[in-house]
Amino acid sequence: MTLAVDLAKRLSSGFALDVSFVAEPGVTILFGASGSGKTTILRCVAGLARPDTGRVSIGDRALFDGDGGVDVPVPDRQIGYVFQQLALFPHLTVAENIGYGLAGLSRDERRTRIAEAADSFRISGLLDRRPGQISGGERQRTALARALVIRPTALLLDEPLSALDYAIQLHIMDDLRRWNAERRIPILYVTHSHREAFALGERLIALQHGRILASGSPHDVLDHPAQAPLAEIAGFENVFGATVVARRDRAGTMQCVLSGTSTELEVPLGGTPEGGALHVAIRAGDILLADREPVGLSARNVLAGAVVDCGMHGSTVVSTIDAGARFVVHLTPGGADTLGLRPGARVWLIIKTYSCRIAV
Amino acid sequence: MDWQAIWLTARLAAIVSGILLVISLPLAHWIVFSRRRWTFLVESIVSLPLVLPPTVLGFYLLMAMGTRSPIGRLWSDWAGHPLAFTFEGLVVASLFYSLPFAVQPIATAFSQIDPTLREASATLGASTLRTFFRVVLPLSIEGVIAGAVLSFAHTVGEFGVVLMVGGNLPGVTRTVSIAIYDHVQALQYREATITALFMLAFAFVVLLAVYGLRRRPLAAAPLA
Repeated sequence: MTLAVDLAKRLSSGFALDVSFVAEPGVTILFGASGSGKTTILRCVAGLARPDTGRVSIGDRALFDGDGGVDVPVPDRQIGYVFQQLALFPHLTVAENIGYGLAGLSRDERRTRIAEAADSFRISGLLDRRPGQISGGERQRTALARALVIRPTALLLDEPLSALDYAIQLHIMDDLRRWNAERRIPILYVTHSHREAFALGERLIALQHGRILASGSPHDVLDHPAQAPLAEIAGFENVFGATVVARRDRAGTMQCVLSGTSTELEVPLGGTPEGGALHVAIRAGDILLADREPVGLSARNVLAGAVVDCGMHGSTVVSTIDAGARFVVHLTPGGADTLGLRPGARVWLIIKTYSCRIAV
Repeated sequence: MDWQAIWLTARLAAIVSGILLVISLPLAHWIVFSRRRWTFLVESIVSLPLVLPPTVLGFYLLMAMGTRSPIGRLWSDWAGHPLAFTFEGLVVASLFYSLPFAVQPIATAFSQIDPTLREASATLGASTLRTFFRVVLPLSIEGVIAGAVLSFAHTVGEFGVVLMVGGNLPGVTRTVSIAIYDHVQALQYREATITALFMLAFAFVVLLAVYGLRRRPLAAAPLA
């Protein structure tokens, strides 16, 4: 079954949501910065928020239809929802939490279903514990089991893994995929993390200010952003406005000059004509630094510059380099030591043509 | 000691706090969880007895219970006698007088429940009623007990309203606090002292129960 969403909602804050998409069985990532409307979409699908207009349906069952006057109450929608804060019932055990939605079943049947779900998510040993007595990953598994044991027709996940270690995230998502391999329900997964988007999603919908910017595979949308705003939310630290000065069709490249500077970059060939405007996006981690002018490189872009500042962010050194335009460069503390990176130091930036992504 | 007055007071307070519990649970639920804008109006009306002098409340209740008011007439037609100066009249008056003491602790406890827990319950197929009994009530049980205990204690201690609506009929409307007043008026200081001491001990035990309960560690450790 597929989940079809077409809704508009205006909040009192002035924020307006207007989206339309279809989620096939499997994981669809809703990607965007906070405030882009991701959670509001989930709430409208679950019935916790009411769209102003539009239609939400699963298969041919309408859950909401502004024109037809359909608004199925939350308890009757049978849609699994895993909240960002998980919302486990603190006074109930893991088993009671999982079995909460199975009120209509016989005791035996309920016990079988709880055991089955607990087994799928590897929490069979914790059934008598309370949420306060188990780890974050175990709470996450409990919340998933609780949402899925009712055999929902769709599953909504609101940044459920963002607080967990990466290894645990992957592990839990593997279990979720295995579980969904047989059931094949649509799963909407809200996140603002690129890593989660790449690791989990078959399809990605990028949102900004309540609208869909682009959709496609995570690789297509986030690694080859078609528009400048998308490049920014996709985590490209360097996005420059630029003008094409020369097209080299045979070489498959174009020469661009960055707006407001005389800095030129060679970028992959795109559809923009000579004299046309475009955006160039470069990840901070894709730029190499050298402390003397490098020779004999295959990389086409070597720019001389000076360090403006550098500082540690977690285990990454983040440096700003002025090379006509200002570039943000990420490097390892070891790399920064070798270069003797300090404000004012002279450096050369090395950027491969294919590290430059072009967007309109 | 005036056992008749003590028994009457205990009976009155038990009936009143029992009825108030039944009224206050849905009322507090509505005040806290309703999306309507005028919940504050109901909240203010419920809380009026907190600031109103008991004699003022008692005066209006007395007027309402009189046979010249529609409500009073309805009652006397049905029961065969007026509501004022009866035990039933005392119960009705106490319900109004002690209502905020039951509603406020319960409403406070309800409002402290994480709203996503109620939403999670709904997405798992539970009706509002089931959510109430399985999630809201268990998580606010201390507030509910506090509401019951405080409304009981407050009914035991009332004076002005009882005097206005109930008068001083032994075995019918003569509560402990009226009895103490009576003893003092009659210069029976020994009786007054004993009964007053009894009330003091009772009030202290009630507060011990309420505050002791609040300090009890939660059944489940708080979420990290």
